[in-house]
Amino acid sequence: MREVAIVSAGMTPFGELWRYSLRDLFVEASLGALRQAKADTVDAVYVGNMSGGQFVGQEHLGPLLADHLGIRGVPITRVESACASGGVALRSAFLDVASGMSDLVLAVGVEKMNDGGDVTNVLATAADQENEVYHGITFPGLYAMIARAHMTQHGTTLEDLAAVSVKNHRHGALNPKAQFRQEVTPEQVMASSLVADPLRLLHCSPVSDGAAAVLLCPLARAQEFTDRPVEIRASGLATSSMALAERRDPAFLDAVSLSASRAYHMAGLGPADIDVAEVHDCFSIAEICVLEALCFAEQGRGGEAARTGETALGGRLPVNTSGGLKSKGHPVGATGIAQVIEIFEQLRGEAGERQVKDAAVGLTQNMGGSGGSSVVHIFERV
Amino acid sequence: MPSPRYWREVPARYRLEAGRCVGCGAVVYPARRICPACRGQQFERLALSRRGTVVTSTVIHVAPTEFQMEAPYAMAVVETPEGARLMVQVADCEPNEVGPGMEVALEFRRIRKEGKSGILCYGHKAVPVR
Repeated sequence: MREVAIVSAGMTPFGELWRYSLRDLFVEASLGALRQAKADTVDAVYVGNMSGGQFVGQEHLGPLLADHLGIRGVPITRVESACASGGVALRSAFLDVASGMSDLVLAVGVEKMNDGGDVTNVLATAADQENEVYHGITFPGLYAMIARAHMTQHGTTLEDLAAVSVKNHRHGALNPKAQFRQEVTPEQVMASSLVADPLRLLHCSPVSDGAAAVLLCPLARAQEFTDRPVEIRASGLATSSMALAERRDPAFLDAVSLSASRAYHMAGLGPADIDVAEVHDCFSIAEICVLEALCFAEQGRGGEAARTGETALGGRLPVNTSGGLKSKGHPVGATGIAQVIEIFEQLRGEAGERQVKDAAVGLTQNMGGSGGSSVVHIFERV
Repeated sequence: MPSPRYWREVPARYRLEAGRCVGCGAVVYPARRICPACRGQQFERLALSRRGTVVTSTVIHVAPTEFQMEAPYAMAVVETPEGARLMVQVADCEPNEVGPGMEVALEFRRIRKEGKSGILCYGHKAVPVR
């Protein structure tokens, strides 16, 4: 396998972008990445998108997006793994370049959620329709069940959950691309309206539009496009049971654990080597469980991390310096690539007020459904 | 829901039919072709007991369209004595009283109603054992 680098990135702001269609979002992010690298065209594109069909009635994204990016003829593959679609698109692009099949490949994530779609029902299609959704469960409901299991087994508190939202909003307030650039207090989080007990509105990531793109090439060619490439050291993808009820321990995300151990093994690195991480905080409890599954925290102790400041900017291991899904926004298919862009900028020293000093190794973790799929990537400054 | 899709799921929904793997004894609900524990493909049919214990739960305040009139309502993962786990609504109680460890009975109920021309959808809900 060839060594692979990311050489440029492009991203729209995240938010309710009423002036942008699905294709506009895709073109803006992709063009940003191509311009930054001064590249004209590419050999292939992988686009992560959860549900163009249900959100805006548009499938068959390959030809549509190639056409609008002005690269008709170029192969575009649409990749779907619910909210992990972006991360899996990056993995597909990585494998394409690593295999020697293509040299210059765009990995893009895009989602247009605010265009009249029934968002709660569309997102629920990432759960088991026959055994979960039929009975009236929602996505926040599934994560609320994970939260209650974690609280019962490990003593995690409402304050621990709130601390994750508070931290991520504090980070997101520093990110010009974030949907919610304001801080929140623990009191505001705990007084916000109930969505699925114990989760409240300010424990939940928002409904967002947005797109993000990164350009990949063989590490050996990276200097043609940038003097500060970032190497993709590892990619790990794993699945677990689709239905939450099937998991013996609902508070443990085994797909995250498996995807992480595959990535750590491939990179020859461990959790102690990571300087900065972007993880899938679709709900505050998710960040807590993910920290444990990534071995950043002991099993059952993930709730302490945000509360003690360990995962805040300036802490031992800053997590979600972009604001995370919570504050930056969560256009589902775009999220996995936006996480990569935050790490790309951190490792290049371009994160401005959010910069983690001397960050050399970064990790992204992107998750589908209630944890049925998870993809982890590890990156290193060259 | 188109009626063939509904009809296919009747054995699991109406009769709580599960499969027990002949190879390793794992109980799988609803029944499926391949055992998730040992990959065996031989199953015997097993009707689950209509009772169980809550493993974890929540109270849904923001509900899907078809359940909006019922909110707030409790949902739970319930484990039957055979070891099968089901996602069910918990009815006939104050939703906030439901929590891990609660003993429940599984009762045949209407689950949802799909508009004017839709079919009525049945299945099981849990109710607390008093």
